[in-house]
Amino acid sequence: MVTVEKDFIIRTKNVDFFYSAFRALSDITMDFEKNRVTALIGPSGCGKSTLLRLLNRMNDLIDGTRVEGEILFEGRNIYASDVDPVEIRQRIGMVFQKPNPFPKSIYNNITYAPKLAGIRNTGEIEALVEESLKQAVLWDEVKDILTKSAMTLSGGQQQRLCIARALAMKPDVILMDEPTSALDPISTAKIEELIDTLKKRYTIIIVTHNMQQAARISEYTGFFYLGKMIEFNATEKIFTNPDVKQTEDYITGRFG
Amino acid sequence: MNGNTFESSMRSRYFKQRLFFGAVRLSALVITLALLGILAYILANGFRAISWEFLTQPPTDSMTKGGIMPAIVGTLYLTVGAILVALPLGVVSAIFLTEYAKQGALSRIIRIGVNCLAGVPSVVFGLFGLGFFVVFLKFGSSILAGALTLGILILPTIIGAAEEALKAVPQTFREASLALGVSKWDTIFRIVLPSALPGILTGAILGVGRAAGETAPIMFTAAAFFTAVLPKSIFDEVMALPYHIYVLATAGTHIEETRPLQYGTVLVLIALVLGIDLIAIIMRSMMRRNKRW
Repeated sequence: MVTVEKDFIIRTKNVDFFYSAFRALSDITMDFEKNRVTALIGPSGCGKSTLLRLLNRMNDLIDGTRVEGEILFEGRNIYASDVDPVEIRQRIGMVFQKPNPFPKSIYNNITYAPKLAGIRNTGEIEALVEESLKQAVLWDEVKDILTKSAMTLSGGQQQRLCIARALAMKPDVILMDEPTSALDPISTAKIEELIDTLKKRYTIIIVTHNMQQAARISEYTGFFYLGKMIEFNATEKIFTNPDVKQTEDYITGRFG
Repeated sequence: MNGNTFESSMRSRYFKQRLFFGAVRLSALVITLALLGILAYILANGFRAISWEFLTQPPTDSMTKGGIMPAIVGTLYLTVGAILVALPLGVVSAIFLTEYAKQGALSRIIRIGVNCLAGVPSVVFGLFGLGFFVVFLKFGSSILAGALTLGILILPTIIGAAEEALKAVPQTFREASLALGVSKWDTIFRIVLPSALPGILTGAILGVGRAAGETAPIMFTAAAFFTAVLPKSIFDEVMALPYHIYVLATAGTHIEETRPLQYGTVLVLIALVLGIDLIAIIMRSMMRRNKRW
């Protein structure tokens, strides 16, 4: 059999994470494959969101936290002292649980970060707005109301705007923290379709509470429990024939 | 449970509720009446003194006649100056306290300091201004010294309001911006501060009212007993409305004679403060309309 060399964009090596004295993650070693969707599942408080927020250094914002081990993004440890978290976050975007557009117009929500990153040319900016909104499948709904406040959009539209906003920075990786948990089923379906098209260009790592969602959209799934990674495998395997009994118990709803 | 006891307990609860709501309404009424009473009293006594001449001429005849124009101008200068001093300093301090300082000993000490500053009697600020700005820095009795003194006086108000306003900005806005690879400074400057602006403005409004009305801090640092000419630079003394009222009501030789002028001056001071408040309130509500979350 020929083994194909896989392209891992993010690798974590023996990562421990502490909120003050509380150890939230223990010894996490995972490789995230490029242009694939990886889902992180597990019961509340298992550390999956914590891990996600470690990948673009969002946990830096919390006082009294500590990371041990290495998180390599394209081979470079993002927690090395010479790494600027701002640069990391430009390459690794994030979509949050609740849609959180800025209280600005739809247009300015998209252009905000690219402008600050130095894109000044009006034509370029306009093209970027259209491209990002089209990628997020929101263009047709908002192309005539770009100057309206983003706050007037529905929850599902707001979340797609947040995805478009992240795409406008042309990141390599998009982290999604339960992006559909605040949305209705129709909006959820739209976002799931979107994720499926986005993976051609981006690597997506998604935390979800919804096991069906993980099964539908991801190629790989990691199951977390009490701060440990219990099993990390192809999604199909996890959901049909998991190696670890705990995983099976969780998947089949015996606990969680 | 017995139906009757239930009913009677409901009735007694209903009665208590009415009693409580009644008390709440009464206190609101008392406050409103007190405010309206003061305004009506001053208006009734002061409006006769108001005339075009009163507003545009300097005092004449040992301040028993003429107008209060230099005092109006002086108070405007001092108030605007105080805001120019206190607003930037206060907002930057609040940004430091809420966005940068770790919530620990240092920020607690600074907060205690700010609160103590708020509790210092205003005459102490006056003496400090006299000693530091007027004498030590050799500004003399001047608009500059008065504005700096008033600025320090209203600093705690502005820091407090700005801190509250900054804290009220949802954390999700900060996260959203930082997660896009925007620097912390840009996040504060472009997202947090604009969202907090209406609240900060509220603090500034309160500060304006306080700065315009204070007498003690400007007595030693800026206010002239009488000057018919308008200031030419920030190193000149000015007349100011609160001090002018104080002078007319206590220090003159024609106290009874100038009563109408005293009420007129009070009316102008109140109108000035309310006018500035009104402008700021309109600006704030216009800003709020664009910022709903």
